Amino acid sequence: MSAITRDEVAHLARLSRLALADEELDHFAAQLDVIIGAVARVAEVAADDIPPSSHALPLTNVYRPDEVRPGLTPQEALSGAPAVEDDRFRVPRILGEEA
Amino acid sequence: MSLIRKSAADLGELIASGEVSAVEVAQAHLDRMAAVEPKVNAFLHIDAETTLEQARAVDARRAAGEELGPLAGVPIAHKDVFTTRDMPTTAGSKILQGWKPPYDATVTRRLRESGLVILGKTNLDEFAMGSSTENSAYGVTHNPWDLSRVPGGSSGGSSAAVAAYEAPLSTGTDTGGSIRQPAAVTGIVGMKPTYGGSSRYGLIAFASSLDTPGPFARNVLDAALLHEAFSGHDVMDSTSVDAPVPSVVEAARNGDVAGLRIGVVKEFGGDGYQAGVLARFHETVELLESLGAKVFEVSCPSFTTALPAYYLIAPSECSSNLARFDAMRYGLRVGDDGTRSAEEVMALTRAQGFGPEVKRRIILGTYALSSGYYDAYYGQAQKVRTLIARDFEAAFQQVDVLISPTTPTTAFPIGERADDPMAMYLADLCTIPTNLAGNAAISVPCGLADEDGLPVGLQIMAPVLGDDRCYRVGAAVERALQSRWGGDLLSRAPEL
Repeated sequence: MSAITRDEVAHLARLSRLALADEELDHFAAQLDVIIGAVARVAEVAADDIPPSSHALPLTNVYRPDEVRPGLTPQEALSGAPAVEDDRFRVPRILGEEA
Repeated sequence: MSLIRKSAADLGELIASGEVSAVEVAQAHLDRMAAVEPKVNAFLHIDAETTLEQARAVDARRAAGEELGPLAGVPIAHKDVFTTRDMPTTAGSKILQGWKPPYDATVTRRLRESGLVILGKTNLDEFAMGSSTENSAYGVTHNPWDLSRVPGGSSGGSSAAVAAYEAPLSTGTDTGGSIRQPAAVTGIVGMKPTYGGSSRYGLIAFASSLDTPGPFARNVLDAALLHEAFSGHDVMDSTSVDAPVPSVVEAARNGDVAGLRIGVVKEFGGDGYQAGVLARFHETVELLESLGAKVFEVSCPSFTTALPAYYLIAPSECSSNLARFDAMRYGLRVGDDGTRSAEEVMALTRAQGFGPEVKRRIILGTYALSSGYYDAYYGQAQKVRTLIARDFEAAFQQVDVLISPTTPTTAFPIGERADDPMAMYLADLCTIPTNLAGNAAISVPCGLADEDGLPVGLQIMAPVLGDDRCYRVGAAVERALQSRWGGDLLSRAPEL
């Protein structure tokens, strides 16, 4: 049995906001099946009583003084924007026509 | 000796004494780049005028009597994953083509403050995901030892630039081996500092719990000088370690291993390792013994599951980090014709802007983090991560450093693994445990493999904040091997 199906890859691509072409889906499904088969080896490690590590070094609650510091100007912040209007990021519509 | 073949330390002294100007040194390297870039393709962005301007500024500061550091006026190649205000920053991706960041990364800022002269931005696997630099959207970089082979990756432009004498120093980032592996396969020195020892602020994120900036150089002392120049606590990076930078320069000058306990990692060797790599590694172990080190075999059983754990953790973090490339605030935007929604534009842009390896990892990470799979994949990988850290801890009770080959093979031919992701991932087999545990490791050249005449790297791993031990052992190996060879390894590379 395959570890992952083409339909699952298509679903994951939708969740990841990747508009993949059909041939890409075929290609990735086959490759991801091999990769997931290989990484699934982690399941063989007996680790029920082992705490997970999300980070290499345990650092918690790192604060700095709450002081006002210079930031980017609006022009700098917008300098790489694909579209700008009135000192703001101009974006495509975010709601459907029916909304 | 021509200026381009000199060490960074020597160049710094020559410039400080006024024997040569920073402008002359920069020009010599720009000339070399013009001559060999058509063959090597290490750089994504070169702007001679910006480079010479920086060099002139250093000369002016010197002339004004300013006290400058040991690398002032020395040229450096900068990996194109660090933001730079005066140069485009692409991360090797089409999605950031032509982007000029509005701020400097902390590493960039510190290079400038040290008076280093940035020659340009170097090629990399897209978003630092890869081991060959073939995943760049802007073409492959060629290994100066054999132009038909990869320079390693992801920091392959940086390793090739230094090995091709285009720059005495370069920057890299190491998430699973992206500094040590390219250093090993191009015959130079590459160091992954302790996680948090060098700032990630302004480094375009791939896997935030693993990404670590570090230096490349042609010798151990130069790497240490660069390490010291850009490392240290940074309030802009909340995972930055608030501790003094280990005394790496002193360790690189010292190089005494008498009485040092060295552990050979039992799990790294055997099947899948090239004979010539193992031969050079075993000779180096004997060499260390002859220098007075005590060598032990040490078992780290969890290291055998480091690779699968890494390929769950790194893609998971990448799938989250790369969500920021949404076509709204900066970078590419595709299909915004007034009829499409933001979500459609986002999906079209990401499909066109990202290359295949980045897409694979985003999908893999999304899968590993999905409800229903989370515990079996991401959760379990995090437990393996704990076990690997425990293996290191136990090993460092017995020995001062651990050693292994840096890579299982020498540089592979361009194209050989390009469409076989699992084969590509194996290049990082020996380097990944250090990223998962956050400790320090270096790769130094230890000879050429008999089969193909290509460089082999020795990996030296030290505990968290034990970076100085990497340099101490690296310097010992370098000194002994160079006296045996009558020069450095790179002097045996073919002329370009």
